[in-house]
Amino acid sequence: MATEFHNLQELRHSASLATKVFIQRDYTEGTVCKFQTKFPAELDSRIERSLFEDTVKTLNNYYAEAEKIGGQSYLEGCLACATAYVIFLCMETRYEKVLKKISKYIQEQNEKIYAPRGLLITDPIERGMRVIEISVFEDRGSSGSSSGSSSTSSSSGR
Amino acid sequence: MSARRDPAGGGGTMKNCEYRQIEPQGLGTPNAAPPPPAGANDADTRAKRRRKWEVFPGKNRFYCDGRIMVARQSGVLPLTLGLIVLTSCLFFVFDCPFLVEHVTSCIPAIGGALFAFVIISLLQTSFRDPGILPRATADEAAYTEKQIDDSASSSYRPPPRTLEVIINQQVVKLKYCFTCKMFRPPRTSHCSLCDNCVERFDHHCPWVGNCVGKRNYRFFYAFIVSLSFLTAFIFGCVTTHLTLRSQGGKGLITAVQESPLIVCFFSVWSILGLSGFHTYLVASNLTTNEDIKGSWSGNSGVQNTVNPYSYNNIFANCCAVLCAPLPPSLIDRRGFLPTQESPPAAQPQVELPVFVGKSDLTVV
Repeated sequence: MATEFHNLQELRHSASLATKVFIQRDYTEGTVCKFQTKFPAELDSRIERSLFEDTVKTLNNYYAEAEKIGGQSYLEGCLACATAYVIFLCMETRYEKVLKKISKYIQEQNEKIYAPRGLLITDPIERGMRVIEISVFEDRGSSGSSSGSSSTSSSSGR
Repeated sequence: MSARRDPAGGGGTMKNCEYRQIEPQGLGTPNAAPPPPAGANDADTRAKRRRKWEVFPGKNRFYCDGRIMVARQSGVLPLTLGLIVLTSCLFFVFDCPFLVEHVTSCIPAIGGALFAFVIISLLQTSFRDPGILPRATADEAAYTEKQIDDSASSSYRPPPRTLEVIINQQVVKLKYCFTCKMFRPPRTSHCSLCDNCVERFDHHCPWVGNCVGKRNYRFFYAFIVSLSFLTAFIFGCVTTHLTLRSQGGKGLITAVQESPLIVCFFSVWSILGLSGFHTYLVASNLTTNEDIKGSWSGNSGVQNTVNPYSYNNIFANCCAVLCAPLPPSLIDRRGFLPTQESPPAAQPQVELPVFVGKSDLTVV
C-alpha cells in the first residue's frame, strides 16, 4: 500500500475529505454497545483488514467492560441507592472511567495507524454511540481518482 | 506605503488599501476594539462560545447553563412537588408532636428520611437526561439513505423503512425515525411530546415532567417505591393520631389535620398499584411501552415471541435494570459548539466600515 504519509495534524487542518464510512452497531446480543466487525468495502484499499478488525474488537471489549453487570456494578448501584443517588454528582462512574480509556485508545490508534493511511476515527460517543465514523481523506498518491466521485456526493450532502 | 495585512485574516488582499484609509478616522482595528458599537455581539461570540444545549433540536428546556433539563410541558411537576411537600409539612406540624409524645420519637426521623429520599429521587428523575439519542449528522443520514436505496428493488414501491435484526434468536424489527433520520436502536422510541428518540423508552410521565428512559428509570422506580412507603406511613400515622386523640373536635383545625389523611388515602392506592406494576416490569425486564403494545406476549400476531432482553431470572433482571452501570448522557449539552461559526459572523462586520470609509473618501 504505497500511500503518502499523513499525520494527524495535517489531516485535521489541510487534507480534504473524500468520504465517510459508518460502522453500524451489532445488536445480536441485545442492547449492549457492540459494533460490527464486517470490513467495509470503501476501506479495502486503504487499510489492512486485520488492523481494522483489531481496533473494532478492542473497542467492543472496552464497551463490554464498561457495561458489565457484576459484583462491582451491583455494589455501586446499592451504594448509590443508599445515598439517595447523590453520590452520582460527586463520583465518576465506572462507565465514565472506561470512556476516558476509550478516547485515549482511539487517539492512539489515530496517531499510529489510521492517520498515516489518511483515515480518521471519530469517537462513537460523539455520534450518540450509534456508529463509528471513519473519515477517509483524499490520498495524495495515485489512487485519488477513485475517491473523486464520492467527494462530490459527500460535498452535496452537506 | 507598505500595505499592512489585516490581522484578523478575513478578506485578504482586497481590503489593504481601504484598511489604511479607515484608520485615521479612528474606527480602530476590528480585533483590538473591546466594545465596538455594532460589533459587540461579534467580540462576545468570539470570547464566549455557545454551548450545545442552546441549539438542541428537541422540545426540552434547559436551566443552569445546561445542567438541568426538563420537557417543554413540565406543567404537573410543580403540582407533584407541591402536593408532596404540603402533605408532609402538615404531617410534621400537626401529627409528629403528638406521636412523639405518645408513641415513639422515631416517627419524625423515619418520616424525614423518607421525605428526603422521595424529593431527591423525584428531582433526579425530572432533571436528568432520560437517554436521549442525538439526531444523526447530515453525513450519517445521507449514508443511511444510500443504504436504503441500494437495498431497494427496482419496483415502483418505496423501499421499506425497517431493518430486521436477530437478537438472541428473536427477530426484532427496527424502525426508521424520520425526525432523527436514523434507524432506532432496539427498545428506543420517539417521544412526540419531547420530540426526541429516547433509549429504552418507558413512558413520558407528566407528573415528573420528563420522559422515563434508560438513564432515569432507576430514579423513577426509587421515587414511586419510596413515595408509596411515604404515603402509607403518613396514612398510618395520621390514622393513629386521630384514633388516639381523646376529643373529637370539629372545625377548621381538625379539617386541616385530617387533610393529609384524605390526600394519602386517595393517592396510596394508585401509587401502590403503580409500584407493583413497575416491580413486575423490572422483574421481567420489560418497558411500559413494550407491555402496552404487547410486543413479546404474542398479541401482535406473531407466535413464539419471547422477550429477548430478559435473563429469565428475576434477580438477574432486577440487577440489570436497577444496578447496571449508569450510561453517560449522549447529548453533551454543556459541550461547546465547534468554532466554525465565528469567522463567518465576523466577515459582515468587517465589511461595513469599509463601505462607509469608501463613500466618505469619494466625498472628500
